[in-house]
Amino acid sequence: MSKYTEDDLKEELKTKEYEYGFYTAIESEKFAKGLNEDVVRAISKKKNEPEWMTEWRLEAFKIWSKMEEPEWANVKYPKPNFQDIAYYSAPKKKPKLNSLDEVDPELLATFERLGISLEEQKKLANVAVDVVMDSVSVATTFKETLAEKGIIFMPISEAIEKHPDLVKKYIGSVVPPSDNFYAALNSAVFSDGSFCYIPKGVKCPMELSTYFRINEGGTGQFERTLVVADESSYVSYLEGCTAPQRDENQLHAAVVELIALDDAEIKYSTVQNWFPGNAEGKGGVFNFVTKRGLCETNAKISWTQVETGSAVTWKYPSCILKGNYSVGEFYSIAVTNNFQQADTGTKMIHLGKNTKSTIISKGISAGQSQNSYRGLVQVNSRAENSRNFSQCDSLLMGNACGAHTFPYIESKNKSAQIEHEATTSKIGEDQLFYCNQRGIDTEKAIALIVNGFSKEVLNKLPMEFAVEAQKLLEISLEGSVG
Amino acid sequence: MLKIQNLHAEIEEKAILKGLNLSVNAGEVHAIMGPNGAGKSTLANIIAGKEEYEVTQGSIELNNEDLNELAPEERAHAGVFLSFQYPVEIPGVSVTNFIKTAINETRKAKGLEDMPAKDMLKKIREKSELLEIDRKFLSRSLNEGFSGGEKKRNEIFQMAMLEPKLAILDETDSGLDIDALKVVANGVNKLKSKDNAVILITHYQRLLDYIVPDYVHVLHDGKIVKTGDASLAKELEAKGYDWIKKELV
Repeated sequence: MSKYTEDDLKEELKTKEYEYGFYTAIESEKFAKGLNEDVVRAISKKKNEPEWMTEWRLEAFKIWSKMEEPEWANVKYPKPNFQDIAYYSAPKKKPKLNSLDEVDPELLATFERLGISLEEQKKLANVAVDVVMDSVSVATTFKETLAEKGIIFMPISEAIEKHPDLVKKYIGSVVPPSDNFYAALNSAVFSDGSFCYIPKGVKCPMELSTYFRINEGGTGQFERTLVVADESSYVSYLEGCTAPQRDENQLHAAVVELIALDDAEIKYSTVQNWFPGNAEGKGGVFNFVTKRGLCETNAKISWTQVETGSAVTWKYPSCILKGNYSVGEFYSIAVTNNFQQADTGTKMIHLGKNTKSTIISKGISAGQSQNSYRGLVQVNSRAENSRNFSQCDSLLMGNACGAHTFPYIESKNKSAQIEHEATTSKIGEDQLFYCNQRGIDTEKAIALIVNGFSKEVLNKLPMEFAVEAQKLLEISLEGSVG
Repeated sequence: MLKIQNLHAEIEEKAILKGLNLSVNAGEVHAIMGPNGAGKSTLANIIAGKEEYEVTQGSIELNNEDLNELAPEERAHAGVFLSFQYPVEIPGVSVTNFIKTAINETRKAKGLEDMPAKDMLKKIREKSELLEIDRKFLSRSLNEGFSGGEKKRNEIFQMAMLEPKLAILDETDSGLDIDALKVVANGVNKLKSKDNAVILITHYQRLLDYIVPDYVHVLHDGKIVKTGDASLAKELEAKGYDWIKKELV
């Protein structure tokens, strides 16, 4: 790649006018921004979907059309203009690069610090990968092993085609299109995502990571994930990666549905590191996600999340504890810095008897950011002997940020035991001086304190993920104490 | 080793130290005593580099290096150790993890590799035995829920691990019962060598029964007003500080 010169800039400025001037009208006509029934049909057609899927999308669109964008969350942002988004433009292919030399050095430096291997760096930065390379063979072995066990793991559009019965049975069963504004939108226009099915009695032998199939489809703006764990099966699923993800799509509205049938267990771990906007609060992704899992008898779902990215996050991974003796867990670390805003938490809905839920939420706010925990623990009248334990800890850095806790408890059964603990602390000058005095500089000291604070949640992540997540926390909070 | 000349310092424009002089050589133990508000803890914090204090005049040198020019962590790397009067809690960070980080950061500053895990474990084992520290204690969160005695013992444990040139013990005896005091004093005595120096900041004579100082200084109104040997501490214990104040008038 040649150097960008002043002449190039002049040239670009000339063409800019052309690009964004009065020709815009024609441009937008070409891309047909906006959303209506025809657009929804077009998406479905483009994906060669069966009739039932098209109908399902159209129904979702109808519902969405009548809905209002929610405003109850503790976040402020300019409302997206939903008619100004091109819904059926295929996900833009990133240019393939020939070597790491062509990659933004800043991005490489971050990879380096996250401890991401060279081969992995190439993959993440979309550099063409050598065929002899390890990760390719790993990916192949990976697929073979899964196939032997009868595990289905593929893009959801492929699953609609190959396993329509399974998809039809479960899609929308936990998060119906009518659930909320963004879920309805996603249901109408979702472009891609993952589908995973673990057969009866099968323990998935490896962590299933979207990372292994991300190259097949790329991440979409409206992702849809469906994980079904059949009776007595087990799966650990990893979503996202610690590497910084830049995306030109400002609005992301994903839906994740988990179904754990009798005696099944699903562990779902997320590391979210979308572009948070710059230090002045410009740009950044709006992340409005609906994640929910359903537990049948004696089933267990654990959500673990490390959220460091996005300008605005609105996300409540939840569990419906339908079956008796089912268990729901939520472990979360949410970091906000600069002008980021996060409103995140969980809902634990106890329907079955002897159901149990645990919520551990760690919010870390720095800069001028706002970090809110919002959680609901609901115990149904028939949910005898339900138990919940919630702990919400907030850590503040500096004087300009905010931490908020909104715990809601609704109990209709007097045998329920619900405990809620909350703490707020601040990284003090005294703590920093103490570390400094022991030879630990301020940046390292913050990392140490934050990691200590987040330990209970970091411990829940799969090993290699945890190490990267720990480093990610350090990087996210860089420069947060002056 | 340590040379403080005509040190003036203030906090929020209030003068605390007003022309303090102090010389400490390797192998010596100095005790600094004085009434409340004399500036004892301020002196300790200023040597360690706490930012709230402003040095307005004078110099602090450690082995001919000007400490005023150094950040707190750089002073630590140069061999300054402060045993805090009120050690802070760091939840979720174990005693072991903390001291490991401290040692490796200090090594990094000196251009050395991390200490191999095997050596680290060995050292931790040795030093914790020296200070009669239970192994379980090492995996607890730093100072969280520690008793007064445990906190102070942990400070001395860190000192033993870091092997500083100059150790300043700020009111290490406060809040200790007699048994804990003996263990701590015993530890300090074992760590003393001809290459390092210790400054004990204390209110009471009690600690000095166990760690015998070479010099005792009386700090009053931001200056050292009297220096003597260990017997001065006994005299202070018997007569209080008022007679010194009267002497000054």
